Amino acid sequence: MFRQSTLKTVLIAFTLFVGAYLTLPTIFGDQVVRTLAGYLPSFMVPKGAVKLGLDLQGGVHVMLEVDRPGLLRDMTRQLQEDVRRVLRNERVAPTGGIVAQNRGVAVRISDAANRARVLPKLQELAQPITNALIGQTGQRNLEVVDSGDGLITLTITDAEINDKIGRAVNQSIEIFRRRLDPEGVKEPVIQRQGLDRIVVQMPGATNSKEITDVLQPGKLEFRMVAEPGAPAAEVETLPYAEEAGGTITIERRILVRGEDLVSAEPGFDQHTSQPVVNFRFNVRGAQAFATATTANVGKPFAIVLDNRVISAPRIISPITQGQGQISGRFTVEAANRLAILLRSGALPASFTLVEERTVGPGLGRDSIAAATLASMVSAGAIVVFSIATYGVFGVIALIALVANVMLIFALMSALGSTLTLPGIAGIVLTLAMAVDSNVLIYERIREEQAAGRGAALALDAGFTRALATILDANITTFLAGAILYLVGTGSIKGFAVTLCLGILTTIFTAFTLTRIMVAAWYRWFKPKVVPI
Amino acid sequence: MKLLRIVPDNTKFGFMRFRRFSFPFSAIASIVSVVAFLWLGLNVGIDFKGGTVVELQARGDRANVALIREEANRLGFGDVEVQEFGGPREVLLRVGLQDGGDRAQAEVVVKLRQAFEKDYDFRKVEVVGPRVSQELVQNGTIGVLLAILTILIYLWFRYEWQFAVGAVIATMHDLVLTIGFFAVTQIQFDQTSIAAILTIIGYSLNDTVVVYDRVRELLRKYKKIRLFELLDLSMNSTLPRTVITSVTTILALIALSIFGGDAIWGFCIALLFGVLIGTYSSIFVAAPILIYLGVRVGEGVGSEKPADKTTPAPAR
Repeated sequence: MFRQSTLKTVLIAFTLFVGAYLTLPTIFGDQVVRTLAGYLPSFMVPKGAVKLGLDLQGGVHVMLEVDRPGLLRDMTRQLQEDVRRVLRNERVAPTGGIVAQNRGVAVRISDAANRARVLPKLQELAQPITNALIGQTGQRNLEVVDSGDGLITLTITDAEINDKIGRAVNQSIEIFRRRLDPEGVKEPVIQRQGLDRIVVQMPGATNSKEITDVLQPGKLEFRMVAEPGAPAAEVETLPYAEEAGGTITIERRILVRGEDLVSAEPGFDQHTSQPVVNFRFNVRGAQAFATATTANVGKPFAIVLDNRVISAPRIISPITQGQGQISGRFTVEAANRLAILLRSGALPASFTLVEERTVGPGLGRDSIAAATLASMVSAGAIVVFSIATYGVFGVIALIALVANVMLIFALMSALGSTLTLPGIAGIVLTLAMAVDSNVLIYERIREEQAAGRGAALALDAGFTRALATILDANITTFLAGAILYLVGTGSIKGFAVTLCLGILTTIFTAFTLTRIMVAAWYRWFKPKVVPI
Repeated sequence: MKLLRIVPDNTKFGFMRFRRFSFPFSAIASIVSVVAFLWLGLNVGIDFKGGTVVELQARGDRANVALIREEANRLGFGDVEVQEFGGPREVLLRVGLQDGGDRAQAEVVVKLRQAFEKDYDFRKVEVVGPRVSQELVQNGTIGVLLAILTILIYLWFRYEWQFAVGAVIATMHDLVLTIGFFAVTQIQFDQTSIAAILTIIGYSLNDTVVVYDRVRELLRKYKKIRLFELLDLSMNSTLPRTVITSVTTILALIALSIFGGDAIWGFCIALLFGVLIGTYSSIFVAAPILIYLGVRVGEGVGSEKPADKTTPAPAR
């Protein structure tokens, strides 16, 4: 009875050893990992300390969502341009212009011959959507409908909108990373969530403004300031970026765009010592800028960022080297931010903040302190109660408990899961649940003994019979935890993680470690009666 | 060493006779819960209704609640709730959902920061937009329903239908009472509450399963015993385990709720209630209900193979 194969014992010991090894960084800090990494092959280096959730270490969590109507407006405007180009090439003038609709455009071409000529050209605008993963999706970006009475409508398909949103989100994630962490030291978590959302987590940040500041599109344009008497269709009036800066009328035509910038660095003006942003164009940009400035010496042009005019300097002499300077009464910080914004490129869509959870560093510290104290007191209560109830067997239960917690941390570290405040509650709950598995075993042993079995038989039967129940009972909690993991967000997920991992480790220790220890105890003392 | 015996050996409580009291008690408690839920409603947190919550800590010795209230009302967010929280330096501000969608919502914090950042630290900021809160409600509801369904399927595979139904009734009982608890105490109902409810469901079932396992075992063992005696025997033989486990869990939860801080207080209190109610329901609801679900001693329910027909079926 009660014989364990040596191989099994070795495997169990090995598992516990690996567990202990993986928790080293959590206990002693990450520098242990770095020291070890010098001597060991990479797969043997522990992954690092268990990551703390933002609710414990402090930081900002925000969820951002693509501004869908805005994106749709842009797409419609682009479509309008495309249709205009087609009609111009065919020299067809639509009746009543090209009308923008909810999600597409409509043109009325009264002349049937013209319509027949234009329609195939318009249909060429509808392209199949390709997807990087599955290639041709079989869907097109546009639906071109000739309603027969002269009206042709071009509707942007859902597939196209979703495709566009997906692309915009993916590009924006990269741009956010460049903007939020230009030096690559802050390690923000930036992840896509669902189709049109991005979650950004910045450990250590204290104000969501640090993130929302980089949300502006960052669309830079150089345009000429409108001359008096210019046709109204070719100009627009934009506000200055400065508060109470008034407005200025500028041309719609864009001389050079931000895409043609190759560098943007913060600096200081040589004469005024004001903070400025120095930039350089690529060849295309430099040529366009040289042409424009040569033709317009003496006239003012406008530097426009996201439809606000930063400044409108006068062209003193042609700028042919492709270099320039943006000045606009910046603070050093603002100049720095603008430089990063310009370097990272324009966002393909604008975003709205839909959720924020910020925890200040003070609260995080307090939470850790409170959770530590609570865990200690809980553990203390469980220790006292177990030993008072089960004596030696209580001690065995406690050793299993320690192994349990260690394995939870080891698993979390290996899986890269995050420890949150509810997660700590989950671990404490696991302690209670782990004790339960021991209680089930011990009470069974007691019953078997009371039914007249000798010590050895009672121990054996106790384990065998209780294990089925332990498994049954824990599976239900595990199922509940797994579902919580699926539907929960943020710190709640942390609770689900520790609860589920805790159940796995509980079952493991109950089946193995507790059994080995009880068997060893029995072989050592050879008692006639189990003192339980 | 004399060991602690919370439950004496060989108890012979007549648990099943208690159903005369426990069933009416459970029925009344369930009705009270439903009424409280409908009448008082839940104190729904911003997770589920959207809005902004800000926890401020004064840089000085104490927070000036009156001044904060005045200033916050001046910002024109409509309904602003200002409340002392924890110590004299901490204040909690709740701002309802703003008209004008997510953008207006995000503006609230910016304005609050402008107004209070001079004198107060922003310990915690939570903003939940209107659509996100709807989704959280959806996810929470789906989660609870999915959990019940999954567990039902598991029990259906694992046990005979009578046990599965009994366990589900006991679980619904706990679910209803827990929601009633949230309604009566007006403890904030948010995402952590969903976590609490799911954990309670898990724990209560854990307890029920332990009891049912024993019932099944005894059904295989004894063929000539009255059902309520058999159930009593099952209860009594698992009683030490039931009590000891509840006590350790409750000890752990009490420590957590006292020392764990405000952030998880509501969660721990709900769990504490859930553990008590879950233990109660497995003994006084889940087990006696088997009597009404047609479990028969010696008729094969609980045996691994269909039992030999020792008694012929009554002729019709």
